[in-house]
Amino acid sequence: MQPSRASVAAVEPVGPYVLLRVERGDLDPGTPGQFFMLSPPGRTLPRPMSLCVAPPGELGFLLEASGPGTRALAALGPGDELDVLGPLGNGFRLEVERPLLVGGGIGIAPLPYLADRLGGAPAVLGFRSERHAEAAALLPGAEVVVEPQLVTELIVPGHDVLACGPEPMLRAIAHRHPGAQLAWEAPMACGYGACYGCVVEIRGRLRRLCVEGPVLPAAAVAAAEVAA
Amino acid sequence: MILNASGCLDALAAPDVARSLDAFVTKTVTPEPREGNAPVRIAETDAGMLNSIGLQNPGIDAFVEDMLPRLCTLGVPIWVSVGGFSADDYAELCARLDGEEGVAAIELNVSCPNVTSPVEEADELVTAAREATRKTLYTKLSPSAPDVAAAAEAAAGAGTDGLSLVNTLRGMALEPTTLRPVLGRETGGLSGPALRPVALAAVHACYQATGLPIVGMGGVETGRHALELIAAGASAIALGTVLFRDPGAPSRVRAELAREAAAHGVAEAPDLRGVAHGALPVRTKKPAKTA
Repeated sequence: MQPSRASVAAVEPVGPYVLLRVERGDLDPGTPGQFFMLSPPGRTLPRPMSLCVAPPGELGFLLEASGPGTRALAALGPGDELDVLGPLGNGFRLEVERPLLVGGGIGIAPLPYLADRLGGAPAVLGFRSERHAEAAALLPGAEVVVEPQLVTELIVPGHDVLACGPEPMLRAIAHRHPGAQLAWEAPMACGYGACYGCVVEIRGRLRRLCVEGPVLPAAAVAAAEVAA
Repeated sequence: MILNASGCLDALAAPDVARSLDAFVTKTVTPEPREGNAPVRIAETDAGMLNSIGLQNPGIDAFVEDMLPRLCTLGVPIWVSVGGFSADDYAELCARLDGEEGVAAIELNVSCPNVTSPVEEADELVTAAREATRKTLYTKLSPSAPDVAAAAEAAAGAGTDGLSLVNTLRGMALEPTTLRPVLGRETGGLSGPALRPVALAAVHACYQATGLPIVGMGGVETGRHALELIAAGASAIALGTVLFRDPGAPSRVRAELAREAAAHGVAEAPDLRGVAHGALPVRTKKPAKTA
């Protein structure tokens, strides 16, 4: 197991987010919901990122440049190189009958590749502002809401929910849709089970998200009722 | 000789990485199972990272019955790191491991910054361990001891066979907006590049004080970093934080270290052990090639 050196193909703004596209080389795109560890130049730790798009010859990652690591990744330019390790963890189970993709904010990241692999699927997306909602362009045809409306209000019964987004959104979905598949995130140092840094409570115990997830069945996590 | 720093690799989750080491050091095992500290457990800093894992482990019974047999199938010497909350704990852990053939050495973690420390001094813990086992004992010391060389001498007097230097230093990071501690337990152990000069000083001082074998660790990312610890007195090198970014680091650092040794005119890196103290490099000759 060792990281691959990948060359940056393009860095494109998507609303307030950034789509970092790297040359695929011998990297396998993996299953939607799996993730890659991207090493930002000059930082000690790599950052876990789920694959957003997988056009021929490339892998694309959607970033929100919110801290020193994601800012360093967003500052890369075409031709720059970075270390990429993956795909890692467990992705979405694709054998579902009536998929509905649910995304919140930067949590929409794995959904375009997921929709692609499912051969198209309806999607509902929630964002904190109109500007953030520009990222919905990555999922043409998706239904979009902006706060204060909640994306969970758009989920109609009878679907297999596949979701990624902020923790309160995921816990609310876990409460209402116990059969859902939920992609979680946690701070990670390694992504391959070495550091025990990314634990979350899964089936009542602190377990490593990178080993057990990041996609978990809703029944494995504590659900929470939310207003609306 | 390249090892991993305890707690920086799960050999069962990444067996190929473990096999690239000269010995695998387990995550610290305690007498009872521990779930570890509540998240958040890690935070990056400007020149390193903080961790506050809290010795999450299945406890000595499950370790011996379930994990150790699986580790022994890897074909790599196994060093077991043990930690406790009293001298009796260390004695019990070492007694349990004493009869286990698959255990090549025991590392006494007497310096975890993320759990409550035993009331006894480190040398009392070493004494208790020494009385319980004939296995090779390495004692892992904290660089935050007021006089790490004195701690090393005390451990040597208590019967340790070697030293592991250094453990992490306690540190803190704050959330940029809320200004509250990032880590669930507020503080954690600092590792990575920031620790490198600290480790170098500790290895230098303890080599001078004891002459014992030393596993040097703290921010090693390249063969050059490893070479410097060897020059200061390390007889082996452990990789920690670098493994998170680069699981291929053991093979890479080993190759870089060999090149560094050649550039310094010696056959192998250990020939430069202690050179920082003014000793001359050992001019070992490479084995003659047979025609």
